[in-house]
Amino acid sequence: MTSNGFPPARIARLALLGFGALVFLSPYIFMISTAGKTQSDIFTSSLTLIPQRWYFFENFAKAWSRVSMPTLLFNGVVVCLLILVIQVIVAVPCAYAMAKLKFRAARAMMVLVMLGLLVPIHATALPLYVGFDRVGALNSYVALVAPFTISVFGIFLFLQFFRSMPDDLIHAARLDGMSEVGIIARVIVPNAWPAITAFSIFSVVAHWNDLYWPLIVVSNQAYATPPLGLLYFRAAEAGDDYGALMAATLIITFPLVAAFLLAQKRFVEGITMTGLKG
Amino acid sequence: MSALSLRAIEKSFNGNQILKGVSLDAEPGEFIALVGPSGCGKSTLLRILAGLETADSGMITVGDQDLTKLQAAACNVAMVFQSYALYPHLTAAQNIAVPLVMRRLTRAQRLPLLGPLMPGQRQAVAEIKRDVRDMAVSLKIDHLMDRKPGQMSGGQRQRVALGRAMVRRPAVFLMDEPLSNLDANLRVHARGEIVDLHRRAGVPTVYVTHDQAEALSMADRVAVMIGGALLQLAPPAVIYDDPRHIEVAKFVGQPRINLLSMQVDTDGTVGFGEARCGLSRIDVAAASSVTLGIRPEFVSVSREGRGMPAKVERIEFLGSEIIVHSRLDQSGDTMIAKLTPAEGAGLTAGMPIRLNAAPERLFVFAQDGRRLFSTPVMDSDLRERAYG
Repeated sequence: MTSNGFPPARIARLALLGFGALVFLSPYIFMISTAGKTQSDIFTSSLTLIPQRWYFFENFAKAWSRVSMPTLLFNGVVVCLLILVIQVIVAVPCAYAMAKLKFRAARAMMVLVMLGLLVPIHATALPLYVGFDRVGALNSYVALVAPFTISVFGIFLFLQFFRSMPDDLIHAARLDGMSEVGIIARVIVPNAWPAITAFSIFSVVAHWNDLYWPLIVVSNQAYATPPLGLLYFRAAEAGDDYGALMAATLIITFPLVAAFLLAQKRFVEGITMTGLKG
Repeated sequence: MSALSLRAIEKSFNGNQILKGVSLDAEPGEFIALVGPSGCGKSTLLRILAGLETADSGMITVGDQDLTKLQAAACNVAMVFQSYALYPHLTAAQNIAVPLVMRRLTRAQRLPLLGPLMPGQRQAVAEIKRDVRDMAVSLKIDHLMDRKPGQMSGGQRQRVALGRAMVRRPAVFLMDEPLSNLDANLRVHARGEIVDLHRRAGVPTVYVTHDQAEALSMADRVAVMIGGALLQLAPPAVIYDDPRHIEVAKFVGQPRINLLSMQVDTDGTVGFGEARCGLSRIDVAAASSVTLGIRPEFVSVSREGRGMPAKVERIEFLGSEIIVHSRLDQSGDTMIAKLTPAEGAGLTAGMPIRLNAAPERLFVFAQDGRRLFSTPVMDSDLRERAYG
C-alpha cells in the first residue's frame, strides 16, 4: 500500500473517500463561512460560501464579549477534567479487581456493570435532579461532575483491556514484593495508556459536548458549560445573530478540534483498539 | 534440616483434584526438576510454592520459615516465568531493580517526587544500581541495560528474567519452563548456563518442565509427577534405570519404552524371547497379568536364531543410531529397537527378524502400575521348558 503512483483503482478510492469527507465536513465548513458573514449577507437568498464582506473579526469580538467566553471554556475544562480524573481513578482499580482477582462478588459485579451499560442517563436524570435539589447542590460543579464519576463504560473498556494482560506479569509483580495498589500504580497503569487514552477521548468528547445534563442542573451562568453557554447566547441575542452564534460555536468546538488534530494518531489507535465507534 | 520441604500438598479446582498429597524435600543447593506431561499439576505446585495460590491442605517450609499461609510478596521466593513476565514499560536495568526497590526502599522513599528527599534514599538507590550492574555483568547483559523488553531477543529477555529473579538472593528459586520459548539451539546452550548459575548461587531450585531430556540433563534429582501425584523423586540415572512406576518408565526415555502385557507363567517367570525373569511369590499371586517393559536400546535384532519373531515396519536413520519399528508376529504389539548403524545395516522394511532383550534390563509392572521386584533367570532348563 505504499505505491506512489496513481492507478485508476486508487484514484477512484481516494475520490470516494474525499467525497465522503466533504459531505461530513460541509456543515462545519458552512459554519466557518457563516461566522465570517454580516447579518445581511447571511439572509440573502443566494447560498454562497465566500462572504461578500469579511466580517470574521466583528463576529468573533461579539461572541467573545456578549457571553463570558473564558468562564464557559474554564467551566468546560474543569468539569471534563474532574469527570475524567475521577472516572479513571475509580474505573482502573475496579476493572483490575474484576479482571485479575478472584472474589465471590465478581460475577454479580459483572452483571451490574452490564446493567449499568444498558441504563441511559435520561432514565436516572429525574431522581438525580431531585436528589441534588434536596441537598442543595444544584448550580455547582458537584452536580455537573458527580453523576458521571463512576463510568460503567470505562470499567467495561478497562476490563477488556486488562483481561488481555498476561497473568504472569501480575504474578511476577507480586513475587517482586508489590501490594495490589502497587501493582495498579506500577504495572497496570503504565501499560494501560492506550486504553486510558482511548477512554479519555470518549469521556472528554461526550462531556464537553453534553447539553442535556448541564441544562437540567445548571441555571446560573457562572457554572454554564460551553454548550449551555451557546444556548444562553442564542436566547440573549433573540436568536437572529447567526454570524456571532457561529463564531461562538467555532470558539467552543475549537479545543476539541485542535486536540483531535494534535492527537489524531492516538485517537484512531484508541478507537481501533477498543473496537468501538463513536 | 532440608532447605525446602513440602508436606502432603493438596489442591482442588471446582471439585477436580489437581494435587493429591505431594511431598517433596530439597537439600540446600539442590536442583530439582519437576517433570510431567501437561496438566499433571506441576505448574500448580510451583504456584503454590511461590505463594501465588494457596494449598487446600499441607505445609510448606523454607529453612525454618512456614510459608503455607504467606502471600507471595512475603516469601523470599523468586520465580522465572515461561513468558518471562518482564515489565514491558521498564528497561532491562529497571526490571532487574524492581525487586530491590520494593524491598530496600520504604514506601516514602519510593514516592515519585518526594522520594529523593527522604533520608538515606540516595545511598540505597546507589546500592541498588551497583547490585543491578553486578548482576548484569555476571549474566553478560550489561550492554542491554537501556533496552526495553520489546527490543530484546528471546534469549536476552530470558537472561533479564533470570537476573530479576536472582538479584535479591532468594531462599528458593523457582523456574516455570523458562526455556520453552527459545529455539532448539539456544535451549541446549541455555541449559548449561542455568546449571552454571545455579552452582554459583547455591540456592535450592525447583525447575518445572515437560521436557524429560531437559530434566534428566540438568537436575540433581528429578521428580516425576503424573496425574497430580509425585510418582518418583530420584537422581536422573535412577529415574531412567530403575523406574518405580509404569508411568515414570513411559514418560522418561526417547524413544518410548516398549510395553507388552503378558501372563505370568506357572513357574513364576515372565520373559521376552531368550530373556526371562522371575517374580517374587508374594507379587505373583496378586498379579497373574503383568506388563513387561523393555527400553529400546536393550532390544537386540537378529536375522535368524532364537527370539521373538517379528517383521520390520519402518526404519528411522538418525545418524549415530538407527530406530527400528517392528511388529511381533504373535501378539501384534509394536516393538522399537535402538541399534547402532553397524547393527542395523541391511535391515529393510518387511524383513522378518528375531527380537531379544537383555534379561537384567526387563522391568515388570503390576496392573496398578507398580514396579514388581524381579530377578533375571539364567537357568537353561527353564529356557528349554519354555520353548520346547
